[in-house]
Formats: sequence, C-alpha cells, structure tokens
Amino acid sequence: MDDLRLLVSPSPHIRDTDTTEKIMFAVLLALLPVVAASIYFFRWDAVRVVLLASGSAVATEAIFQRLRKRPVTVADGSALITGVLLGLSVPPTLPSWMVILGSAFAIAIGKQVFGGLGHNPFNPALVGRAFLTASFAKAMTAWTAPIDAVSAATPLAMGPAVSRIPDLFFGSVAGSLGETSALAILLGGIYLFYRGVIDYRIPVGILGSVTVFALLAGQDPVFHLLSGSLLFGAVYMATDMVTSPVTKAGRWIFGIGIGVIIMVIRVWGGFPEGVTYAILFMNAVTPLLNRWTRPRIYGQGVKVSE
Amino acid sequence: MVFVISFSDSNPERVSKLIQRTFPRGGGDIPHHKEATDGKPIVVMPAPSIVVIPLQQHIGAPCEPVVAVGDKVKMGQMIGQSTKFISAPVHSSVSGQVLAVEERRLANGAKTMCVVIRNDGRDEMVAGEKHGDLRKISAAAIREAVKNAGIVGMGGAGFPTHVKLNPPKPVDTILINGAECEPYLTCDHRLMVEQAEQMVHGLFAIMKATGAAKGVIGIEANKPDAISQVQEAVAEYEQLSVAVLQVRYPQGAEKQLIKAILNREVPSGGLPHDVGCVVSNVHTAIAIYEALSAGKASYERVVTVSGGAVVDPRNLLVRVGTPIEELFKFCGGFLGEPEAVVCGGPMTGPPVQDLLGPVVKNLSGVLALSKEEAAFDENFPCIRCERCVRACPMGLTPNLLGEYSNKGLYRDAERLHLRDCIECSLCSYVCPAKRALVTWIKKGKAGLAAENAKEKVS
Repeated sequence: MDDLRLLVSPSPHIRDTDTTEKIMFAVLLALLPVVAASIYFFRWDAVRVVLLASGSAVATEAIFQRLRKRPVTVADGSALITGVLLGLSVPPTLPSWMVILGSAFAIAIGKQVFGGLGHNPFNPALVGRAFLTASFAKAMTAWTAPIDAVSAATPLAMGPAVSRIPDLFFGSVAGSLGETSALAILLGGIYLFYRGVIDYRIPVGILGSVTVFALLAGQDPVFHLLSGSLLFGAVYMATDMVTSPVTKAGRWIFGIGIGVIIMVIRVWGGFPEGVTYAILFMNAVTPLLNRWTRPRIYGQGVKVSE
Repeated sequence: MVFVISFSDSNPERVSKLIQRTFPRGGGDIPHHKEATDGKPIVVMPAPSIVVIPLQQHIGAPCEPVVAVGDKVKMGQMIGQSTKFISAPVHSSVSGQVLAVEERRLANGAKTMCVVIRNDGRDEMVAGEKHGDLRKISAAAIREAVKNAGIVGMGGAGFPTHVKLNPPKPVDTILINGAECEPYLTCDHRLMVEQAEQMVHGLFAIMKATGAAKGVIGIEANKPDAISQVQEAVAEYEQLSVAVLQVRYPQGAEKQLIKAILNREVPSGGLPHDVGCVVSNVHTAIAIYEALSAGKASYERVVTVSGGAVVDPRNLLVRVGTPIEELFKFCGGFLGEPEAVVCGGPMTGPPVQDLLGPVVKNLSGVLALSKEEAAFDENFPCIRCERCVRACPMGLTPNLLGEYSNKGLYRDAERLHLRDCIECSLCSYVCPAKRALVTWIKKGKAGLAAENAKEKVS
C-alpha cells in the first residue's frame, strides 16, 4: 500500500455515464430515419447532398480549429450534425458547390467565429440555410417532386387544396430533402425524447401554437403541421441545446414564439416558409428568456422567524 | 381513503410510493451501490497499536492539549479542550501512553496538531457520569453531558452538537436524518437496524434539550429493514413518527429534508432553527444516548468501508485515531489498485491524500473506488443541455454560477445566489461535458468571501 498512487480530484468522485459525444451520437442516430427517407424519395441526389454537406462541415471545423491553433474536436460529432442537418434542409437539386459553401458558412460563421461548440448564439445549420436562401434564392426553391424528378412547387406554395395529407405524412411530396416525411421525423423525435436529449416543451410549444393559430386564422392545422420544414425544424433545429433556453418556462415561451412567428410569416409574409427565420429570431431572444425565467430559488423571500 | 402499508412482506420502494415524501424541485437518481454492505452486521475492529488523535475534529476553535508526552491516559479520558463555545473536546480512544503531541497529516492532506498515543491493549475506561433515568435530566444537564462527551455532527459536518442543542429560537420539531442519500454509505442504515432503540432515546434527549415537542425520523425507502425497526421503536410514542422518503439525491441535505418532511423552507442564509426545527444525524443521536446513559465520550464510531476496490466491504466500529489504511487492511485490502480513495460519500466527500490519516469523529465512510467507478472533471465545452439546472435542488443555474466563479466574476455569481448553493455536487454529476461545476462554485464562494473581507478592511 505504501507506493500507491492515488488520484486526488475534488468531489463528486462518480459521474453520470452520459457524455457530450453520446448525446451527439444520439442525435445522429435520430437523424437516420430522415436520411433514409430522403434517400428513398430522392435517391442519389440525397446521398450526394448529405455527404457533401457533412464532409464540408467537418472539414471546415477541422481547418478552422487548426488555423486558430486549438485542439481539433471534430470527433465530438457536433460538426457532423450541423452538416447532416444542413444537407437535409436544402432541395435535392442544389448544385454541389452551393452545398459545400453553405455548410462551410454554417460552421465558420455560424459556429467557429463565436468560439466553437457551446458558444454560438444561433443554430449553425440554420445560419447556413439562411445564407443559402438569401444568396441563391432560385436554387433554394427549385423543388423537385420525389423520384420522377419533375420540378414542382412546394405544397406550401400550392396550398392545401392540391396536397394530400397522407402524402405529406409519408413524404412523397416536393420539398427539401429531410423535410418531406413527417413519419421519419416523428420516429427520430420520439427516440430523442425517450433518450432524454430533447425536451418535449419546445416541439409541443411550436406545434401547439401553430395549431391554435391556424384554427384562429381559419386554415387547416394538419396541413400546416405536416408541410414545409415545420416538423423537421421543431424536432431537430429548435431543440438544439446550445441555442435554446435552459429553463422550463423559457422553453415554453421559446416554442410558442417560434410557432407564432412561423404562422405570421406563412399567413401574412411574402414567402411561404418561415421556419428558419422564426427559429433564428427566437435563438436571438434565448439569453433574455434565460434571464427572465430563472427558477424560484429555495429559501428566497422566506421570512426568518423571530 | 386509508392506505395500509406493510413493510414486512413486500418492497416498500414500490408499494408505498404514494406516501413517500420528497423535496419539490431538482434532485436526481444516482446509483446507490449500497448492496455491498447494507445487509452485513457492524463488525468491531480491534484497536490499533498507535492512535493519532487530531485536536480539531469539528467546526470551530481547535482544542488545546491537556496531556503531555509520557502521560498515562485511559480510554475516554479528555486529552484536549477549548474554552471557546463553538468547539468540542477530544478524548483518548485507547488506554496507554502519550508518545507525542505534534503536527500530523490528516487524510485530506491538511496538517493539524495531534496527540499520538501508544495503546497498552488494556482498554481501561475512565469512569463517566451516568444518568440513570433519562426522563429526569434537565435540558442544561443534557447539553453539558453532550459537550463533555465531545459529540459533533457525525453525518459529516462535524458541527459541535451542544451548540445545536441550544438554539436561539423556539423549536417545535427534531428531525433525525436517516436518509443516507450518499451512495455506498450504510453506517446509518446499519445503526438504525441494530440500535433503533438507542437512537430513539437519543432523539428524546435532543427534544428535551431543545424543548421540541415532536420528533420525526426520515428514512429513504431503500432501507426497508431500517424503516420497520425504527417504526417498531417509535410505535409506543405518540410524539414520534417515521417519514418514508423517496430515494432521490440529495434527500439527506438538511434543507431538502426539512422541506420534504415539514414542508418548511429555511430562509436564504438561515438555519433550521429559523423554521422551528433542528436536524440531527442518526449516529449523533446514538452518541448522545451513550453519553447520557453510560457517560461514554465520542471516541469511536461506525465507518462504512466500501467501493469496488475493496476485497470485503463492511461497516466497522472503529476507534478515533486509527489510520485509514488499517480499515482497508481489516477489510481484506485492495482489489487491484484503487483509482481514488474518498472520505465520506462519493458525491461530497473529499479525496484521501494520505492513507495514514486518522479516523475522525465525523468520518462516515472510506471508499476505495476502482477505475470503472471513479470519474473526474474533463471540462468539455458547456452545450447548455440544462441538466444541471434541472437537477439543482436549490433552483439555481449551476452552469452560469460555475462559469462566473471560474472566471472570477464573483459579484455576478453572487447576484445569481451563489451563496445558496448547498454543494451537493449533483450538477457536476449530471454534466455530460464533465465540467467542474461544483468545484468552481466552491472556489467562487471562497473568492466572494475574500472580496467581502477586503472591502470591509478598506
């Protein structure tokens, strides 16, 4: 026992087995059904876009960290998630160089300039998507109907009269790669909820407020819920831990705020889809929500007895 | 509706969920690791040949030695005391001869004055003052006896018990903390199973000393045998009851225990007597009983020796001053090489830096953790998963408190109620990025106190 070398570290001496890497891996796993659905509906275009977007994201992160002489942390999986998310949120016909550029922008400007993982105020994938939409508006709305490769309008532009709800649910409609199959998104979302990675408050807040808003506006709520990137955004984008509030009340306000902004844009706005901007806007409000909704502290405001 | 609860025939953890009490926010499920020791009776460990007894084993003023090198001492004889109110005398745990009065290293690495005694193996006791009928002693006599016996909070805090028995405000209820929510530790559990009656007598003495009319023993539901033993022991007393607590960390933290059992909130910066109660530990109550009934001083205690790197984990009745290394040797030694050795529980206990450090009055356990069990800070970036916010039983935002404290922004941390942190460590435990949240927060508290002190001077 005399020559025993002991690890002297402060308490706690035991830790939960969950780690950042495991959480990131769970998100990637949850994206699998969506990736599978996108490949089923869009074939090689889906493979091309998702691979290019992921590769570009990981490479950008590594290059950026190398240039800043910081440890390269691409193994934590966070850049890969941003890449896959971005790939899934662009149209299948988007030219390869645009995919690569958008993904690089997402990581460089959306994440690394703020200091990397955990420090970015906005969801990096949405920053990339907003950049692509603003720069290449035409290519970003060149929707292709699945499989037969005939160009088509997104259901949101056509309206509920022409779109069939079952098509929206299973995904055989025109749209961005990962947004078309509500079923695949729900599968991934249920897994993430079960795994304790996402909080139900944010997606429920979004979907609930969209439903209520649609009913008040006299529109079909089911159509609104299943079309566009609403579900995809509610499950995978808005729930990003880094850019959403840390308090329960803050998460309700965050989700409801996103839903309301989406519907304002959809009902009165100039373009059919508002999910990207709604989430980015609420990302900006997140620090304030964190400040306003701090939980009540034990023993605060309790009077000392005489 | 009437719930009939029987603990003898089924698992109370499942059956009695409806009546289990808990604190309202935060907390978490952590592994218990209690199965290695909770079914084994307490074993008396023979006294070592030499004991090293620190002159400070409590919060408050250190003791001055009252023996000199070469003196003969008896077991239970006072060897150090202080004239200060917040202090507790120390006693010899063996009979024998004083070898030295000198600075020695404690298990936590700190140096302090110690009395080193060679054990003559005769265990000659000093004659202590016995109180025959506990019901006839006055409150002042109880406090005096507790003080003379050198009793301190044995759950870990080490606060002098006679001070606690003299609350500055009226107190109506005494809580006995039998939650034992720290993993691995089972010394209180075993004591409740084996010495429930003694604990109840100790509880009565505390009630008498403080003027409290009621007593409640709170026990986590994962100790069904302790619950049934204590229920039996309190059955004939109307003023006593058992509260079955949900298994949830940190159920045994003083503020959480008070909230769970009495639904009272200790005000920020306050103490339990601010809400009319005093909380005492199981072992402390038993020590009070022993001091009153047999005049026995606090010179031995039950210590849980456990962890994956211990060959034969169990609870030992150990003399104060026994080197910690001896406890592990008595339990069969180490199984492979331990990664970390801990004093107390793994959530809040300090690391052991010196295995030759002695057992002290408030040492509830020594754990040797294997490589698989032990974990430490790695400080990956915060991904704001909010698990620490959800887990904090005080309603704090540990992510921000930790960050501000670590960056020296003590005033910002203070505004987020830094000082209300109870240091339960659950934030660090749940953090997937393995950030040193509670370590930073402790550093922040110290930094804030230093800043305040500097401002007072200038």
